[in-house]
Amino acid sequence: MAALLALLVLFILYPVVRVLWVSLSDEEGKLTLLHFANFFRRPLFREALWNSLLSGVLVVLFGSLMAVPLAYFSVRYEFRGKILLQTLATLPLVIPPFVGAVALQLILGRSGMVNLLLMRWFDWSVPFMEGLTGVVLVQTLHFFPFIMLNTAVSLSNIDPSMEEMAQNMGCRGLRLFGRITLPLMLPGYIAGSLLTFIRVIDDLGTPLMLNYKNLLAPQAYLRITTIGIDDVDGYVICVILVILSLVSLAAARKYLGLAEYATVQRGAVAARPVHGRKRFLVLLFCGLVLGISLLPHMGIFLLSFSKVWSFSILPATYTLDNYTEILFRVPHFVRNTLLYTILAAGLDVILGAAIAFLLLRSRIWGRNLLDAIATLPLAIPGVVLAVGYLRVFHGWDFPGAGAPLTSTWFILVIAYTMRRLPYTVRASYAALQQVHVSLEESAQNLGANRLKTFYKVTLPLITGGLVAGGLIAFITSSVELSSTIMLVPRFELGPISYGIYVYMQSAALGRGAGAALGVVAILLVSLGTYLTHRVFGGRAGSAFRV
Amino acid sequence: MPAAEIRLEKISKRYGDLWAVREITLHIKRGEFYTFLGPSGCGKSTLLRTIAGFVSPDEGTVYLDGAPVNHIPPWERDVGMVFQNYALWPHLSVFENVAFGLRERKIPRDEIQRQVQQALEQVGLQGTERRRPSQLSGGQQQRVALARTLVIQPRALLLDEPLSNLDAKLRAEMRIELLKLQRDLGITTIYVTHDQEEALALSTRIAVMESGRVVQEGEPREIYEQPREKFVAEFVGKSNLFIGTVARAGDGIIEVKTEEGLTIRAAFSSPLLPGAAGKKVLLNIRPEAIDLLAPGEEAARLNRIAGKVAALAYQGSFVEYEIEAGGRPIKANVINPKGKRLFQRGEEVAAVFDPKDVALVS
Ligand SMILES: Nc1ncnc2c1ncn2[C@@H]1O[C@H](COP(=O)(O)OP(=O)(O)O)[C@@H](O)[C@H]1O
Ligand SMILES: [Mg+2]
Repeated sequence: MAALLALLVLFILYPVVRVLWVSLSDEEGKLTLLHFANFFRRPLFREALWNSLLSGVLVVLFGSLMAVPLAYFSVRYEFRGKILLQTLATLPLVIPPFVGAVALQLILGRSGMVNLLLMRWFDWSVPFMEGLTGVVLVQTLHFFPFIMLNTAVSLSNIDPSMEEMAQNMGCRGLRLFGRITLPLMLPGYIAGSLLTFIRVIDDLGTPLMLNYKNLLAPQAYLRITTIGIDDVDGYVICVILVILSLVSLAAARKYLGLAEYATVQRGAVAARPVHGRKRFLVLLFCGLVLGISLLPHMGIFLLSFSKVWSFSILPATYTLDNYTEILFRVPHFVRNTLLYTILAAGLDVILGAAIAFLLLRSRIWGRNLLDAIATLPLAIPGVVLAVGYLRVFHGWDFPGAGAPLTSTWFILVIAYTMRRLPYTVRASYAALQQVHVSLEESAQNLGANRLKTFYKVTLPLITGGLVAGGLIAFITSSVELSSTIMLVPRFELGPISYGIYVYMQSAALGRGAGAALGVVAILLVSLGTYLTHRVFGGRAGSAFRV
Repeated sequence: MPAAEIRLEKISKRYGDLWAVREITLHIKRGEFYTFLGPSGCGKSTLLRTIAGFVSPDEGTVYLDGAPVNHIPPWERDVGMVFQNYALWPHLSVFENVAFGLRERKIPRDEIQRQVQQALEQVGLQGTERRRPSQLSGGQQQRVALARTLVIQPRALLLDEPLSNLDAKLRAEMRIELLKLQRDLGITTIYVTHDQEEALALSTRIAVMESGRVVQEGEPREIYEQPREKFVAEFVGKSNLFIGTVARAGDGIIEVKTEEGLTIRAAFSSPLLPGAAGKKVLLNIRPEAIDLLAPGEEAARLNRIAGKVAALAYQGSFVEYEIEAGGRPIKANVINPKGKRLFQRGEEVAAVFDPKDVALVS
């Protein structure tokens, strides 16, 4: 217990507190709000804050316009191709947003496929990908499935008798939706939107890839990496990011708490068939949304097989060189990713199970603190954790490692482990909660000691939850970029996400290889997602909720 | 309040291979308290939901006041339903829950105010208007659900196991209240339950259901005293069933030789019996009709079966015995045991009962 707590304090709480302290202290080590005052005095920073908030709100808004109808159709309507819709709609989740950003550049960018066609036919172009528009577009296409999953779950959680009762009282149609359905699904929807909001303002990769820097996350990154580890403004931005995330997370928790009160007793409201014009409109909408949201996949796939693809509608020549490059000439990206993420997922499973066990089965002092610290990473953007690590571990020869942690690859494994720990804690907690204490007690009553009880009774029963949690940690770590690009000590130690970033930044190395890495990342995530579905069964959607 | 008359004609509903409801024909009269009674999964809710319009039958017709309503959607049927889980809307206050149906009917505001108050008073819940349903106890939620349905003055009241989520004491209280309320209002009521005591206590008539069919319909006493099928005898109350053949008939009494070799005399009151000797019959004797005597004791009862006490359970107002006779158990409830001597396990006893307490099931 003490060891666990020490570990979490060292790698989660302490770095964040250090960041907070730097932003709140002056040179003599006295408490001051001066740095925050300075932050708000600078128009550049005020604008970054405003842009971050704006992008979060816009992504949620546009995402909802796509997601809510899709969720409603997929839960309440019965039509051919519905399964396809539900499957395709989760695909945007498998493509990391910064990979999607590159792909969309090729298709919707200034000299991308669509604008070249528009220029040719109408002598006219649309600046889809310029500035904040591009960032919002990419993020909307990536994040709308989160909103859809959350909305769909809260819709199907509505007890059918709630609506039937209203019908029995004479209410129907849109009026029924407005008076009963909407208010009942609202808490779940709002919670989902807030979580999406956090992820949007936390996203560093997309703005960097699109070269749009006037947002909080890229500003923090740039301050620290270009001006230096001692630049106070970077820390202030980090603290503001944490505050925004904490507030959103707390609000999401509150709304999710509210959502529990109206959950199902009987099965969900039966889906009803749609016909005629309505069916046509439903299918048209689904097709349109899915078509657009799958553009990035198409772009990245084409790019990975192309020799050169610029200023042309489609790649001029196709090749397998890109794959040879990343699999044989520079195979360390893929290798590193596998090494780091599998290690991190494994550690997460062990830590998550241990923490869940302590939370549920012990009465030790400090359990609540443990819980709080283990949940905290949900509200710590990757950039912030990375800055904290650099601050704490830089120049400190870590005992046992023989060098500062930040100059070894351990730091990446640690960052991934800590960032994804909440997932495995929650998965293990939920699994363990299902195992009633009496099952363990009856084993002990029949003569099995504590250890034997754990191995023979508890462990087999919670394996599903542990594996699922580990898979989610694996999936999300394999495409982590925010802390990765700040923490990679040397080129050869970088994982796939770092490789994609490097390739995409330099025309010399060739963007095709970056795209090939992107395809590998997509395949890894798809595999993980598929396995999660196998483990979780029908409840796979819950993997993407908090 | 215009109480409706409800007629079901050959209603069938299938879910996949399963007939949830099969060819049910019933006639529920104005102002009746009619109960669908049966074990879980026998199709009671499906039948009730068919009347409310939530289930459209595969075959058959529902008539409300003589008019077929199969094509009329739930929101136009005007039959009030109370769900097992109450289905109170958690986002609305008690007042808004009760006012919901009135608002749908575009009633003026002050009229809504008045009617909601009155409805809440009717169920004894004045003063809770501003609360959320989750702040009420189970019994109170139940009352709100009832008030919400009654306030729109529906043509009929449909109740789906409304008391099953309450604890035993509250259930008994609500049962009486419901009975008074229904008899006062005179509203046609259909009540779904798997609890035979509830059904017997509340109903004017009962339809006992099994696997999607109605196996017997009748007044409570008829159902309990003259079950016409083995299932009914077993499901409603406790029973001692005997299979046997008629050995002798005549003189208002038949004599039946049971499979176990016991002789039972039954009063010849049932119109079902043609009275032919050699016919196979199923007899039922309720445990409370059986009295126990010591072996030497005499009594003016025509039936006497000797046996041994296999088990006994003292219940306060009666003692539940299980007697072993002819290789089978016989249940006997000896009522009002105060002051009487209890027979002990293993003791020889005689089970005695009147021929008129023997029911011919079939
Ligand atoms: N919507 C449905 N889909 C499939 N089967 C159903 C559905 N509703 C009810 N059933 C089945 O029909 C049978 C009767 O159900 P129900 O009417 O709810 O029984 P009861 O209310 O008597 O317990 C049950 O076996 C049940 O599983
Ligand atoms: Mg039922």
